[in-house]
Amino acid sequence: MISLEKRPMPSRTLSMATPIIAVIITMIAGGLLFVVLGKNPFEAIRTIFWDPLLGEYAFYYRPQLLVKAAPLVLIAIGLSLGFKAGIWNIGAEGQYIIGALCGAGVGLAFYPTESILIFPAMILAGALGGWAWAMIPALLKVKFGTNEILVSLMLVYVAEQLLASMSLGLLKNPEGMGFPGSRNLNDYPSANSWINEAAGLHWGMAFAFIAVIFAYVLLNRHILGFNIRLTGEAPRAARFSGVNPTRLILFCLGTSGALAGLAGLFEVSGPSGQVSIDFNIGYGFTAIIVAFLGRLHPVGILLAGLLMALTYIGGEIAQGNLGLPSAAIQVFQGMLLFFLLALDLLTNFRIRFAARGTA
Amino acid sequence: MDLSAINPVLLVASLMVAATPLLLAAVGELVVEKAGVLNLGVEGMMIVGAISGFAISVETGSPLVGLVAAMIGGAVLSLLFAFLTQVALANQVASGLALTLFGLGLSALMGQSYVGIKPPAMARLDIPVLSDLPVIGPILFSHDPVLYIGIALTAGVWALLKYSRAGLILRAVGESHDAAHALGYNVIRVRVLAIMFGGACAGLGGAYISLIRVPQWTEGMTAGIGWIALALVVFASWKPWRVLLGAYLFGGINVLQLNLQAAGIAIPVEYLAMSPYLITILVLVIMSADKSRAPASLGRTFHASQ
Repeated sequence: MISLEKRPMPSRTLSMATPIIAVIITMIAGGLLFVVLGKNPFEAIRTIFWDPLLGEYAFYYRPQLLVKAAPLVLIAIGLSLGFKAGIWNIGAEGQYIIGALCGAGVGLAFYPTESILIFPAMILAGALGGWAWAMIPALLKVKFGTNEILVSLMLVYVAEQLLASMSLGLLKNPEGMGFPGSRNLNDYPSANSWINEAAGLHWGMAFAFIAVIFAYVLLNRHILGFNIRLTGEAPRAARFSGVNPTRLILFCLGTSGALAGLAGLFEVSGPSGQVSIDFNIGYGFTAIIVAFLGRLHPVGILLAGLLMALTYIGGEIAQGNLGLPSAAIQVFQGMLLFFLLALDLLTNFRIRFAARGTA
Repeated sequence: MDLSAINPVLLVASLMVAATPLLLAAVGELVVEKAGVLNLGVEGMMIVGAISGFAISVETGSPLVGLVAAMIGGAVLSLLFAFLTQVALANQVASGLALTLFGLGLSALMGQSYVGIKPPAMARLDIPVLSDLPVIGPILFSHDPVLYIGIALTAGVWALLKYSRAGLILRAVGESHDAAHALGYNVIRVRVLAIMFGGACAGLGGAYISLIRVPQWTEGMTAGIGWIALALVVFASWKPWRVLLGAYLFGGINVLQLNLQAAGIAIPVEYLAMSPYLITILVLVIMSADKSRAPASLGRTFHASQ
């Protein structure tokens, strides 16, 4: 009879080891999935995890790794703060869209004026847009006790409709010959997030790094970070020690919204270039996986973001070379989260092989 | 704009159709939540049900077999959630999200070769005299059988929860799993069964969309209905008949906005399409004042040694 015994403290070693074990198990399960799809599993795994980094054309793919990782890390850092405190913002995709709309809107309003002030203004607008969109579930939760999970998610669908409306209407390129979508910001030097496009560097990466450091300091060196952790691990103790839940909710949701908005702005003014109906490709949802895979730890999230970016790029290569369907990567990412959650059992519990059953 | 083009009888009849997937998923989730489990994976189970049902009914040519397959598909996927939360004691919110993300990917993968195909049609129930009645006929007596199953299911769940011993045990587990455990009930088993029931209902709801309401397969076609179903359970204060009422309300809003789109009202299409989600938020705000109806153990992990 197997029984579970709760550890007095979650195991630190296992806490760091489980993401790696989960990735390995996902590779095995993913390999089986590829067999079912009629592909050579070893070739597929190599294409996804090896080729973008060290393969023949890696020089082309490596910069893209950063391009994809930046928004994921930026969003996941914000989400992790809330997740740590049991505040579930799962509508980052919506905040991402609104951030992109606000930021691009400011930039497009100044077109074709050139000034170094335009891009900072766009950054500010992007962050504010995401922040404001996240404030809706935050304020509703604080004022009325409304479930933030459902509200933030509903707002993703609202944001998607708003995006459709904007790219077909207000922000549509007047010289676009009737095609939907805004002007391409890559042709507008003042409103462009690229630092060096050939190296795949844009301001989003700089902000992602700053966010990682900021979150690390906050969680380890600041009373607010301590309160976030305390609320998540021992809500009753947090209440007795005088943590203000209202401020915590507003801070966590607001910060994650602002970071998601920034991610959207950097994406729309760089890699994607224009506001179009489907410029968002689900980073807001994948970032949830990144946050968990990184164990809600800033450095872990940085690594997890890079890994997840790798699966995106590897997935694209496998799509071209092996005809692997794009949805297979989505399944792969979903499986990763499953295994990770299942393996968490080992972190929090000890498995005992006892002769007798428990009551 | 031509509002006279909107026929009220057809409107009511079609709102019942629009409400059915929502009703099925929400009634299933209600049972799950009554057992004290919060499964946020409804959207994922629905979409997997939608494609399983679609694929099987295309392959076999029988919509009925497809519906059964959808229920099995939803229930099997929900077993993953049951394993994570009941055996591996993982966080229910995270596990539910994982289920949705995984389900969306899996359905897209399964559905690749089914895009653009028409499924075999489901026969409507046609009762000779009753269906030909003027207003009442089209509203009450000429729908597909699943719509009636949805209503019957609501009644069944209500009666089961209120009057049966099994329902009492289920509620006990949801209100206080420690007390239920002390009384000798197997908390984990009750919860796993409830989760599977919820999965089967969500799967059926999903297949209703892909086989009867639309009927076609497109990626991500459930478009948040699973999430609205979760909100509906809160709206209904965990009461089956109120779920029915809420589902018809949302179905009505959805059908109305589609009709207004077709009638060419001055409001842009995108803003009309937002309305079901905005109204869901509004309703959540109104209903969240009263939390007393929620099962007391909702979302809490049970482990016998604690």
